[in-house]
Formats: sequence, C-alpha cells, structure tokens
Amino acid sequence: MNRIQQLFQQDKKLVSVYFTAGYPKLDDTIPILEALQESGVDLVEIGLPYSDPLADGPTIQASATQALKNGMTTELLFQQLELIREKIHIPLILMGYFNPILQFGVEKFCKRCEAIGIDGIILPDLPLEVYLNDFKELFEQYDLFNILLITPSTSTERIRMIDQHTKGFLYMVSSASTTGKQAAFGSSQREYFTRIDAMKLKHPKLVGFGIYDKNSFQAATEFANGAIVGSAYIKFLTENPIGETSSFVSKLR
Amino acid sequence: MKYQVDDNGYYGAYGGAFIPEMLYPNVERLRKEYRNIIEDDGFRKEFQELLKEYVGRPTPLYFAKRLSEKYNTKIYLKREDLCHTGAHKINNTIGQILLAKRLGKKRIIAETGAGQHGVATATVCALMGIDCFVYMGEVDMERQAPNVARMKMLGAEVIPASSGSKTLKDATNEAIRDWINNPEDTHYIIGSVVGPHPYPDMVTQFQKVISEEMQQQLKEKEGIEDPNYIIACVGGGSNAAGAFYQYLENEAVTLVAVEAAGKGIDSGESAATSVLGSPGVIHGSKTLLMQTEDGQITEPYSISAGLDYPGVGPLHAHLRDSNRAKFLSATDAEAMEAGLQLCKLEGIIPAIETSHALAALDQMSFQHEDIIVINLSGRGDKDLDTYIHYFNL
Repeated sequence: MNRIQQLFQQDKKLVSVYFTAGYPKLDDTIPILEALQESGVDLVEIGLPYSDPLADGPTIQASATQALKNGMTTELLFQQLELIREKIHIPLILMGYFNPILQFGVEKFCKRCEAIGIDGIILPDLPLEVYLNDFKELFEQYDLFNILLITPSTSTERIRMIDQHTKGFLYMVSSASTTGKQAAFGSSQREYFTRIDAMKLKHPKLVGFGIYDKNSFQAATEFANGAIVGSAYIKFLTENPIGETSSFVSKLR
Repeated sequence: MKYQVDDNGYYGAYGGAFIPEMLYPNVERLRKEYRNIIEDDGFRKEFQELLKEYVGRPTPLYFAKRLSEKYNTKIYLKREDLCHTGAHKINNTIGQILLAKRLGKKRIIAETGAGQHGVATATVCALMGIDCFVYMGEVDMERQAPNVARMKMLGAEVIPASSGSKTLKDATNEAIRDWINNPEDTHYIIGSVVGPHPYPDMVTQFQKVISEEMQQQLKEKEGIEDPNYIIACVGGGSNAAGAFYQYLENEAVTLVAVEAAGKGIDSGESAATSVLGSPGVIHGSKTLLMQTEDGQITEPYSISAGLDYPGVGPLHAHLRDSNRAKFLSATDAEAMEAGLQLCKLEGIIPAIETSHALAALDQMSFQHEDIIVINLSGRGDKDLDTYIHYFNL
C-alpha cells in the first residue's frame, strides 16, 4: 500500500504543508522536511521550482525565482532526496509544472521517484486528458500517485471523472484563485464544500489555496479530510528560522 | 489538410491545451463554441464591416518599385501598417471583442510586449464600452512609454508585470493568473497565435484576412493568385500566420518566416526560437521554446519588443519541423539597416519587427520574374526612440 493510502486510514484532520525546494537556501530541503515531520505534519508537498508558475501567486513565485537563483534543479533535488527515507517516513509528494519534467524525461523522472520513495505528484498544468492518454500507465508502473485538482467551477460530471482517475486523494482548490490569496472563507466556499461533500466521492479530499491559520484550517476541513498550507509557510520561512517550524504548524490544527 | 489544426487542437506534434484545471471551464467553452460563433453569418457581417469601416481594410498590396529594382525582382508590400492603430494586431482584437460579447463577458484582459496588441485591445474595448486591463512587463513599459500613454488615453488600465524578467512572457503569465482569479466575467484576448487551443487557431482565423486579400489583389495586379515567396517576421507568429494561411496547403508558394537573432544566434542574446528552441510547454501550448536543460524558460533578447518572446506558435513549430516554411533570422543590426533602407527607397517607416522580414531580402536570391510579398506588419512610429538612438538621428 502506498503511504498516501495508509495516511487516509487515520481518522483525523490532516495537515499537509508545501515548501519550495531550494528556498530559502539551496540546502534547506532536508532540514525543512525534518522540521515538518517533527512538528507533526502528516504529508509534505515538495515544490519543484519553475520559472513560469502560472497557478501560483506572488509568494510562491518569488520563492521559486529565488530557489532557481540558488541553483536548484530537478536533478539536484533528486540527489538531495536520495537517502531521505532513512529519516522521513511521512508521505512525500512532488509538486511542479509539466515542462521541467518533460525535459528531465517523464519515465526517468518516475523511476527516480520510485527509487527514492516519492509517493505522489501534483502537476497543475498536466491536463487530465493528456495524463490519461500518455502518462497514466507509466505513473502506475512506478507506483507514483497522480493527484488531480478540482475547483469551484469544475462541473459535476467532470468532478466524477476526476474522482475516477485521481490517486490517493482529491486536491480541492478552495476558490477561483492563484495560490496565496488570503480571504476569509465565505458562503460561496461553504456552498462549494457542502456541494462536494454531498457528492459522496470515492476519494478523500484535501483543501488547498488560502489556508493560513486555525480559522481557515477549520473552515476548510469541516467537510474535508484535511488541508494544505503553502504560501503561508513560505512566508513563515522568509521571516523565521526553519527550527521554529513547530510554532507555525501548531497554530494550524 | 496537413497544416490545419486537428480536432484535438494539434498541429502535428504541437499545440494542445496544457492548462491548470482552474482554466478548464473557460478554455473548454471557447473550444466548443468558437467555430460556431465566428462562422455565424451575423458575426461575419459585423466583423467584416468593422474591418472595412473602422480598421480601413482592405489594406493595399503596394508594388515597391525602387525596392524591386534594388533586388532585381518584383516585390509587393502588404500594407498592414496602414491599419488603424498601426499594425495587423487589430484584426484579431476586433474578432475577439465580438466573440467576447457573444460569450457575455464584461471584462477584457490582455498581455502586451511592444504595446501594439495592448493598444489594439484598448481600442476595441473603447469602441465597445468594455473595461480593459492590459498586463505589460515593467521593462517594456519603460521602453515603449508612448504606447502605455496611448492605452491610458483609450481608457485601459495598464498593470505592470513585475514578476520574473518583467517582459512579455511575464505579462502573459500575469494575464493568465488574472483569468484564473476572474473566470466568470472575463475574456482573455491573447495577441498572438500562442496559448492553449483554441487560441492559436482562433487568432489565425482572425488574421487570415491578410492572405485572403493578398490572393485577390495579386490576381488583379498579376493575373495569378500565387506569389513565389511570402516573407513575414515571427515572434509569436500572428502576422505570419495570417499572411501564410491561404497558401499553407499550396506548396508552390515558399513561405519564409524571419525570427529575431538579436545580437547574433550564438551571442546568448537572441530570440531565434526555431534555432535555439526545443519542444516543451509554454503558456498552455506544446511548441518550440527557448529553455534551459532543466526545462526553465529562458529570457530571449531582441531590439524589437514585439519579437522578444521565448516561444513560437504551435503552427509555426509544425511549419518548421515539416520544412513547409523556411526559417531565417535577422540580427538587430541587419533589421535596423533594412528598416532604414525602406524609409529611403519607399518613404515608409516600418516597425522594427517588420524590418526583420525586410532584412531577409539580403539573405535570399531571386529570379527577375519572381513575385515576392513581404507582410509589412506594422509602422515604425512607436519605434522612433529606438531608431533615433540607434542611428544617432
């Protein structure tokens, strides 16, 4: 069983945290992972920095730009993660954009993920149709879970289809926005969360985009299995040492 | 039909719609509806009427006598520079604003590099009374200040793109992000034959009027529809797509695409994507783009802001791979000299983008009886500052 499947057998609201590999410093990847695990985070998304991250707001963009300036590459990240499973046992997901993976070689990428013990991948700009036609078999061959996104404007029919093909969980984008917009969850989000909940989908759901504190975490997880925090943690890392991560995480759940 | 977009939005190996799920409903709706909308009789009538009465079409196909004498052949200039707002860009924005109205959209966003597409978008938004927001790289806002002022006069809000390299590719990213944040009421008018399907084909359909007129005008002037060569500059490739379109399947006509070599192909400061690029995904489309080994998109360079783009449209990537079009490139210096030459020989000041197409004349050899059409995509008023500094005028 994939670590992600195991995780969702637990009956608690899960905290997933995103960080950009290579930020703030090139060699921070391992210390950040250790700090997150020690702080009780259930799942980590390691961001592969990209020059043109279309779905991201200013905070994650700036962290990616800095990470690339620091010298982060796909190959270097794999090297940093080579022995990670000696220390880290929580599920690890890589999140990035499609082009760097295409250039790395999709099969070679899957192989490296499997060798290291990466459990899943989130590629916002790899559309469902292309994934199904060209990459599904390959990802499955290497036991790499491709986690798919739904949004408030995804049609019911398409949500069913995405639920059919996602692996591990569904990534519920909280609102029509790029990452890092902090607005209180209002009635339209509540309507969306309850609407999706009523669909009784096959897969568990994690809510992402716009979660940054206890209130937003609670609102997001009332009808979901957990929530994903990204920009807020990047901001925290900009202002605080990695060693203080537990003070950030403990304020969420 | 080897060079038309297929049902899945591909030109050969290139195209498609590599977009985040947040954009799926908008792009899918466009994909389903654009052909029906633009082929509707009422739409066509309104489009053609605006092209005639507002844009000033048809644009002349002008026989350039002195230029022809210099190259000992027959050269025609398709005068897109005489379009309202000074370039071919408005053909597309007229089409897309009519489409946006039929989709019930109340707000328009656009990206711009040199500012020509931004001005053309601001213009049609003023014409239709629709709110307009144009993203422009901070660096480009400085080097194309008059166009920023024009957009403001036309009532548009110009939003500086301050991410990444602060030029056209970043303005495009910002416009896409805006669309993600405003999916309901907003239509995104992309300015070139780039972006997710159906944009490359849609923009081509609005620009194909260039080659339709060319066929008719050549018939009147020469008694034949086919020239021997059509030459156009390529950044993203919208003027070339329009100038080539009617001749794509007619292989007797040699299509010549001229890219910006900047300071030289191997100088590290160039925008010649067909030479320096490799297949990848940029702005929602699989195409040729300039990138690092690690798949990070690199920053191109050209003296011309309109050619300063790290990709080409998927149609052009396909035309290159299939050798249907001949790809050449011109350096900053070659383009500037060719632009000045046109001023002196024909009394026409071309846009620096267009000057790249003119520079191809020196790289090719022609028969005396050949017929060559150069798409004169834009006028040079916006570039006066660059010309002044370059030639110490």
